[in-house]
Amino acid sequence: MAERTVDARGSFCPGPLMELISNMKSMQVGDTLELLSTDAGSAKDVPEWVHKVGHEMVDTNQDSEGTFHIKVRKAK
Amino acid sequence: MRILVVGGGMGGTIFANHLARRIHHEMKTGKARITMLSASHEHVYQPGWLYVAMGRATPDELVREQESLLEPGIEFHVDPVEEFHLAQNHVKCKSGKVHEYDLIVISTGSRAMPENIPGLKENSVNCYTAENAVEYYKQLSEFKGGRIVITVGLPHKCPMIPLEVTFAMYDFIKDRGLLDKTEFYYTYPIGRVHSLENVAKWAAPEFDAKGIKYETLFNMKEVDGKNAKVLSEEGSEVAYDLLVAVPPHKGQEVIEKNGLGENGWIPTNRHSLHMEGEHGKNVIVLGDTTNLPISKAGSTAHFEAETAAENVAAVVKMGRPVKSYDGKVFCFIEAGKDRATYAMFDYQNPPQPKAPTGSVHAFKMAYNKLYWATARGLL
Repeated sequence: MAERTVDARGSFCPGPLMELISNMKSMQVGDTLELLSTDAGSAKDVPEWVHKVGHEMVDTNQDSEGTFHIKVRKAK
Repeated sequence: MRILVVGGGMGGTIFANHLARRIHHEMKTGKARITMLSASHEHVYQPGWLYVAMGRATPDELVREQESLLEPGIEFHVDPVEEFHLAQNHVKCKSGKVHEYDLIVISTGSRAMPENIPGLKENSVNCYTAENAVEYYKQLSEFKGGRIVITVGLPHKCPMIPLEVTFAMYDFIKDRGLLDKTEFYYTYPIGRVHSLENVAKWAAPEFDAKGIKYETLFNMKEVDGKNAKVLSEEGSEVAYDLLVAVPPHKGQEVIEKNGLGENGWIPTNRHSLHMEGEHGKNVIVLGDTTNLPISKAGSTAHFEAETAAENVAAVVKMGRPVKSYDGKVFCFIEAGKDRATYAMFDYQNPPQPKAPTGSVHAFKMAYNKLYWATARGLL
């Protein structure tokens, strides 16, 4: 299963969630993606979308510099 | 230094012209040379297609001969690149001709791919080519009432277009006295009506005031043309009478075929604009072709091109670059036929859009004509 990182730090437009959605289209079921985001809203809106579509949240944490690391697995 | 520019769109043209003006002396004395390769002899002002779709411009107004826009001394060939040999510092064109370089700038742009969503291409209109914009106008002008659905794919070029087509169509339908027979239904991929939070905060009340309905967290999965419905990844269905699409985009096929980047987007350093990887030292990427998490928009290409040109000129003259791209983007937002606002932002600062005004719209209309000065590197 492949892993990829999407660096969406400092992205206001299209923004971290849109970057995540775009990237997930190119992934295979079972692949994981780690999203880097400096937008605090990502910790809320990414899980909201992931659950609504039926993918899987793997992990969310914030590093000492304030960057959110949000890991998602493509489930369908 | 042999500088090769691949792509004659906004990024490539603005870069080449800015650079040519800065290294005029070095070009004259043979110390530097700029060559541009393009797939077309035409340069198109793509933001103008919105006005074609609304019957407010014709396609020919948006086109100039590419060669007429270039500074004297820039060598121009209509001969698309088919093979990039970055390790050997050369490209091979469709004609078979090989061009060697010391520095290459790749600015090949992006393309709308409605065919990537089942049923979308044959059942929707969009304003991403001249032909599609003309068809859009035809269907809009023949519209007699019903439900107009706006649907948005990812990623897409011009982040303001979903809002702009919605507001523009509202005024179009209003002027034809069809508002009472028409329902507008706007869909958007994330949990608000625009990716920029401050733009969404402005646009949602505008929608409410106009009675434009909206559904967020809606990502197109397929279009059922037989039953005139759009189905979303999130499980909902929306019926339409006229389907207006912002199709998903990809970079150019030649980028993918040469293994330079998935989906045609080249991994790019966000500050230096150099391609990432072992051969990126003498490769600059501009505009839609980058994989940067910023707007795919003409203004992005414009500001990147200015930064890159200043850097390349500095390298030619002093051996070192002088600037770092700060993520600057400036987008007009047409809020109907006679009002507009704008969003300006960079990697550090979000936009703070103001209420739309007639004067910003007037400036946008003026800029549509002034663009040719921008392409020439003058504005």
